[in-house]
Formats: sequence, C-alpha cells, structure tokens
Amino acid sequence: MHWVHAAAFLVLLATGLSLYLPSLAEAVGRRPLLKTIHVYTAIAWAIALLLVFLVGDRRALLRTAREIDRFDADDRAWLRRRQAPQGRLNAGQKLNAVITAAFAVLFAFTGFFLWYGERDTRFRLPQALLVHDWLMYVSLLLFLGHLFLAVLYPRTRHALSGMTRGWVDEQWAIEHHRKWVEAVRQDAGHADPGVRGTG
Amino acid sequence: MTDDSRPYGRRAFLALVAGGVSSLWWANPASRVLSPLTSGVSQLAGNLFPVGGWRIYTISGSMPIFDPSQWRLQIDGLVRRPVSLTYDELRALPRAHQVSNFHCVTGWSVDGVRWAGIRLQQLLRLVDPLPSAHAIRFVSAEEPYDDSLTLEQALLPNVMLALEMDGQPLSRPHGAPARIVIPEMYGYKGVKWLARMELVAKQPTGYWEGLGYDQNAWVGRSNGYSS
Repeated sequence: MHWVHAAAFLVLLATGLSLYLPSLAEAVGRRPLLKTIHVYTAIAWAIALLLVFLVGDRRALLRTAREIDRFDADDRAWLRRRQAPQGRLNAGQKLNAVITAAFAVLFAFTGFFLWYGERDTRFRLPQALLVHDWLMYVSLLLFLGHLFLAVLYPRTRHALSGMTRGWVDEQWAIEHHRKWVEAVRQDAGHADPGVRGTG
Repeated sequence: MTDDSRPYGRRAFLALVAGGVSSLWWANPASRVLSPLTSGVSQLAGNLFPVGGWRIYTISGSMPIFDPSQWRLQIDGLVRRPVSLTYDELRALPRAHQVSNFHCVTGWSVDGVRWAGIRLQQLLRLVDPLPSAHAIRFVSAEEPYDDSLTLEQALLPNVMLALEMDGQPLSRPHGAPARIVIPEMYGYKGVKWLARMELVAKQPTGYWEGLGYDQNAWVGRSNGYSS
C-alpha cells in the first residue's frame, strides 16, 4: 500500500513539476503527453487503492485506518512535544497520513477542473489552479520532511525497514512505539511478525 | 487504545477537505495578501522556480526553435503588398516600449512586464491592407496554434509585436523571436512564436476559441470572469 502511494506520488510530482517549472517545461517539452501521464497516473492510483482494498487484507487496512483516526492522551501529549509512549504509528505519522489523504482528495478535485476546464471552458474554475499549486507547495514540504525522517535522520530512519522488509528491531520499537510492543506481547500467542528481537 | 482517544483523524481529514474546497472562494484574496512573501521566495530561488509568476504553456510536444537565418515573418492575405520579413528587418523597424500586466485565463498574472517591439500599425503600413480586411489572423510556428484580433483591437495603444521582454530578446519559452502582446486580453490571444500574420475579412475560430474560450478575451469581462 505504501509503495503504491510512493510510486504514484513520485510520477505525479515529476510530471507535475515538468508542467509547472519553466526550466523543466522547456527542457522536457511534451506538455500534452505529460498532462496525459499526470492525469492517468492519478486515476491509476485511485484504482490501485481500490484493488488493494478489494484483494488485500481488508481487516488489517481498516484496523490501520482506525489507528490513524484515534488520537489518545499520549498522542496529544506527543504533539505538544512531550515524551509519551506511542503505538504502532506515532501521532506525527497519523497526522501525515490524514493530511496526505485529504490532499489527495483535494488534488483530484482541483485537478479534475484543471483537466476539464482546458477542454470546455464551462468547467474552468478560476481558483482551481491556485489551490492545486498551494497543495503542491505544502505536499512538497511534507514529502521532504518525510524523506528526511525516513532516510536520513538517524533516530527515525530505521522505520524504513518496516516499509521495505516488513519488520523492525525490537529495541527500536520499544523506544519509539512502546504501546505497540506491549500490545504485541499481550497477543504473544498470535505471533505478529512485525517485531523481531535483537538477540 | 485507551478510552480517552478521540477521532481527530477523521475530523482533521474532513476539516482539510472542507477547507480545501472552500478555498476555491478565498484563495485569490489570500494569495494577494501572501504574494509579496511568495514572490520574494521565488526570487531567492532564481531561475529554478517560476520567477515573478510566469508559467509556460504549450500545446504541442516541443517549443519551436528560432533559427535567425531561416526565420521569416509572413504578412499576407487581404493586402496589396505581402511581405516576408527577416529578423533583422523586423528589428530595424521603429521600436516601441511599454510596461504592462499579463493575465492568463487560468488565473495567474505577472505584473509590470517590460515589453519592447513593433506596433502593429507599422507592420500594416508595410503591406497596405485592402478595404475588405477587417481582422488579422496570427499563426504560430507551434502548430496548430492560432488566434486573431479585429483590426480595431490590433490597433489599440498597448498592442504590439514584442521582440524583447524585460530587457532581453524573447527567450524560447516566451515565444522567440516574436509574440503578440495585448494586455487588455488574456494571454492566449497573444500568439507566441509568431510565423505569419494573415489579413482576413472575418475573424476565424482560433485554437482556444475552438475549445469554448471567448473570442473577445477582455480581462475581467470574458470567459466567465466579471470584476
């Protein structure tokens, strides 16, 4: 699921920037083709999400969605920059997921009007471009932060292992996602392969 | 999960989506307030980001390349003396200068653009239009882009065939070597990479007009805008 998002986002970002930045627009050209790729990637992304949902582990997905939705006292404290034990997803990760999801909807909404407005002036919403732009600026910032924490920042970059290999180091999980380790240990009989010991 | 958890996730999601959709109404005023900051940032980023707010639109796979040795501007149609001007001949004509604002129909603008070029009267004088000519069709080297103006519109004071922008010869993204500038209308009327001016009896349907955009593209008074 995460890699569907990543792949689609990168293609949309690359094509989008080539449409937006004059230097890239001149170097890459092929504007009509880029627009087509941009729009169809967005549509393919939506379809891929649907497929993952239909064909994948729906219960796990819904469980994750519920996790993202719920912010308890520890989450709220964490957001106020206090130390507080976190679950499988920390409050920042939940926020990122929520913002990304909301932006995806807004991108699609404004993007629809940009695409159709060009073909039929009745669909041209004057502010669609401006909103699409600003979504992009904020998304780019979020994405750079996301990359920094996932790839560069020593304290958090181990999380990438969870995304690529499907497991994380137990000691690291205790330090960063203690409530998740506790929950997993409670269900010790039903081994969750997501945590691996260091021994 | 403890009992004190609150559904912030879905609330934040809904608030963002609602805020985002509503921003279609307040985005423009907000952007006017923020624009000194954003254009400051643009300038810091130099040529990487759209400096000063320009976006480059094309309708084909690649932008025309200007070859001064081959390039000609055809001016023909309902005229007594059709001409084919070289770039040097064009540059030798009396030059006009202006500072005007550029507005795109999609909703962005660039203020205070310095243009230098030739007033259309100068070009029409060379070819001596017939009485039956009432409009000019502008054909771009970027096919199949074209657009048109009535003679009356073409002779408005701020209309020109621009050769320079902000003190430099037009760059390739901006329509090198020559583009039409008509500040009172949206940018799509200002044909870039101009290759030919054809004097005609009646304005034809241009590229964007064929997609439903207004022929008389007055800024703020056309294409669904009213200000």
